[in-house]
Amino acid sequence: MKIRIIFLIIIFVFNNLLASEKSLDINQIYKNLRCLVCQGQSISDSNSDFAQTIKLVVKDLIKEGKSENEIYSFMADKYGDWIVYKPQFSKQNFILWIFPYIVLVGGALIIFHFIRRKKG
Amino acid sequence: MQTTIKILTLTFFLFIIGIFYLSLNKEKSYNTKSLVGKKLDKIILERFDGNDFLDVEELKKNDFTLINFWASWCGPCRLEHSTLMILNKTSKLKLVGINFKDKQVNAKNFLKELGNPYHFIAKDEYGKISINFGVYGIPESILINKELVILNKYIGPLKDEDYSQIIKTIN
Repeated sequence: MKIRIIFLIIIFVFNNLLASEKSLDINQIYKNLRCLVCQGQSISDSNSDFAQTIKLVVKDLIKEGKSENEIYSFMADKYGDWIVYKPQFSKQNFILWIFPYIVLVGGALIIFHFIRRKKG
Repeated sequence: MQTTIKILTLTFFLFIIGIFYLSLNKEKSYNTKSLVGKKLDKIILERFDGNDFLDVEELKKNDFTLINFWASWCGPCRLEHSTLMILNKTSKLKLVGINFKDKQVNAKNFLKELGNPYHFIAKDEYGKISINFGVYGIPESILINKELVILNKYIGPLKDEDYSQIIKTIN
């Protein structure tokens, strides 16, 4: 009985994983790509010629079986990180990603030190 | 402790000033010149008036290739056409034209009127091919070498200084 339940759970988990992989939200991808020839618009919001072409290319990449991250990497490779609203972690931007955590930990340490001193 | 705080505060302000200094001196206008130094992807181009194909790998036969993105409806393409006609006479350089979102009949009329500087013309009916080259508007030109490495990217119509730079590079 136990084996059956475990077996069913495994099938359920795998099904869910496969389903989440297959159902790429194309609109989400459009929203995460910046329209380079527009003023503050995403590919999803824009009707410009450039946005229309990018939409066609994204559709083709999905048909080729590319994942969401692979699509972002492809676009960033051709147009630089600027095209992606959330740039991926790289050598150039690692300070940007790490800095808030450094400030957080540093701040916590300073506060901790002050409290300890006050108590002492 | 007081000294540590002072040093930390000073370091923080210097860091902020440094970031501002670097950011304010950065070029504001967006371009895809970051592609310079990168190698072209494997792309197959379709001839615009036939069933012939050109594998980008074949461009390795040329010392240098200038890939130019153009269309008959594009005004600035008309402006740079005379420069392309002169570049066509350079033996070390081959010109590949990618006809961008254009009607074949209009493109042919354009070349009939102004001359055909290209050694191969490919079609990009929907603009999808051009995305592989990081193009976001035309005219744009990409100068590559034998190893298919991008040597320079010219955004907008080719100017006199661009012409001089191309000649300097290929010689």
